Order: sequence, then C-alpha cells, then structure tokens
Amino acid sequence: MKDIQSASNVNIVQAPAGFEGPGFFATKLDHVVGLARKNSIWPLPFATSCCGIEFMATMASTYDLARFGSERLSFSPRQADLLMVMGTIAKKMGPVLRQVYEQMAEPRWVLSVGACASSGGIFDSYSVLQGIDHIIPVDVYVPGCPPRPEQILEGVMSIQTLIQNESLRRRNSPEYKQLLASYGIE
Amino acid sequence: MGTSSQTSDFFPIFIQFLVAAGFVVTTMVATHLLGPKRKSKVKLETFECGIEPQGNARIPFSIKYFLVAILFVLFDVEVIFMYPWAVNFKTLGITGLLEMLLFMALLLTGFFYIIRKGALKWE
Repeated sequence: MKDIQSASNVNIVQAPAGFEGPGFFATKLDHVVGLARKNSIWPLPFATSCCGIEFMATMASTYDLARFGSERLSFSPRQADLLMVMGTIAKKMGPVLRQVYEQMAEPRWVLSVGACASSGGIFDSYSVLQGIDHIIPVDVYVPGCPPRPEQILEGVMSIQTLIQNESLRRRNSPEYKQLLASYGIE
Repeated sequence: MGTSSQTSDFFPIFIQFLVAAGFVVTTMVATHLLGPKRKSKVKLETFECGIEPQGNARIPFSIKYFLVAILFVLFDVEVIFMYPWAVNFKTLGITGLLEMLLFMALLLTGFFYIIRKGALKWE
C-alpha cells in the first residue's frame, strides 16, 4: 500500500490521531465523523448564471471535483450536504433559494460562489438580491466574476476544513439556533 | 469428511446472517442517533425545485406508459443479446447467423403481434 502511494502522487486520507494497540484503534468520534463528512460532500448546484459555467468546468476532467469526494451532485436537497449558489440571485429567486436551503437535511453548508451571489456584484439594482446572506447563512464566500475553477476548488476545500473541525454538538447548540432564528428559519 | 451433513454444519451460515442483519441494524440506528435533525413544516414539504408544489404526486398514470415501458425492456434485452453474437460473429460462423435469425424471427413475430394488437397506438 505504502509503495503504491509513494510511486504516484495519489493522496489517500490518513486516519485521525488516536490510540493504537494490537488489534484495536481508539480515537475521538468527532474526528471520525468529521473525516467521513469532509470527504463525501454531496453538493447541490444552484447555478443561475456564468459562475455555473465555471462550476461545470470544475466538475469536468481537468479540475475534477471528484478528487475531493464530491462527484455526486444532488439535485434534490434531501440528500445534499453543500448548497453551492453560483450566480445572480434576483429578488424573485430569493424565496426559491431559501426553500431549497430549508429543505436540506442537517448538517448543511452553503458556499457562495462569485461576486453576484456574495454581494450582488455589478447588479446594484432594485431587482437583484445584494448577497444571498440576506436570506440564508453562508459558510464560505468565493470572490471573482466569475471565479476560476481553482478558486471554486479552494472554496470547497475551505468548506472541507470547516466540516472537519465542526463539533458534533454544533447543530444543536443555542448559537446555531440563534443564527437560524436571525434568518427567520425554524 | 463424511457425506452426511449435520445441523451444526450450518452454524457458520447462521452467524453470517446474524452479522449481516446486525450490521444493517447497527448502522441504521447509529446514523439516526448521531446525525443532527431539523424538522420544520417547510423542511417536510414536497420538493418541487423550491417553488410552490402544484397538486398531488399520487395521480393515476395511463396504463399505456407501463405497456410501452415493458415492451421497451423486452426489445432492449433482445438487442443486448446481439452484442456478444456480433463480437463473435466470425467464430460462430453460419450456424451463429442462422441461430440469430431464428431468435430474431421469434421476437419479430411477437413484435408483429403487438403492432397488429395496437399496443403501441397512443391515441
């Protein structure tokens, strides 16, 4: 196994730090669950404009998001872990985005890709939502108009870091409930 | 080892069944206990791409969909059978060709039958 790894530059996920003995291995549940969640993110692409095209490039063979365990796109929020909002969100689209977010199962993360999703971008207009964080909580923002696939990968990797370090109790904590309540989400 | 088998010989199989069922039950229970949950009215509503759901999904479908689907599967499988034959076309030679013609004739008779029965007429 070691030889194969060193021969190519394939990076296999390492086991978390723990106590090892003959025939057993003990570690923290947080670490194991974090590791499993981190490397099996199922994204829900909410692509409304040009950032969506960059996302397609990110999924394709050159940049290959599958390397991070995210090749399985979920077009239903029920099985999705990560909501990737890519593109201009008009105010009319706002309730739809919010509905999709609310129908995702916990734990869920949101990646805001591009200037439009993050801040409204160049569309400083009456019809465009000035950043999706007005309606749903966002975990990671990716700047750019549109961002290159490398930047989107960087965003996904930041989400991975967040997921790995998230406490198992976070989703039940009063802080998290307060955050959702501030957005009016039950 | 004798040829007669005893009940105790099947004990490993019983254990395997137990492990298989135990694994399923344990993982299901563990994931339900470990995962965070949030059940609100909006969350449990029907998903229709985020817009308001229209009508009920439990509506009666036309039986014709079923008939067409089944016939499709039937002839789809028939085409799959032709692939290995096509790969070994030269090796099987004239015998293979005749056998395939017989096979096709049988199925085409069925196809002729369903056409005459009007199974593929939509209106």
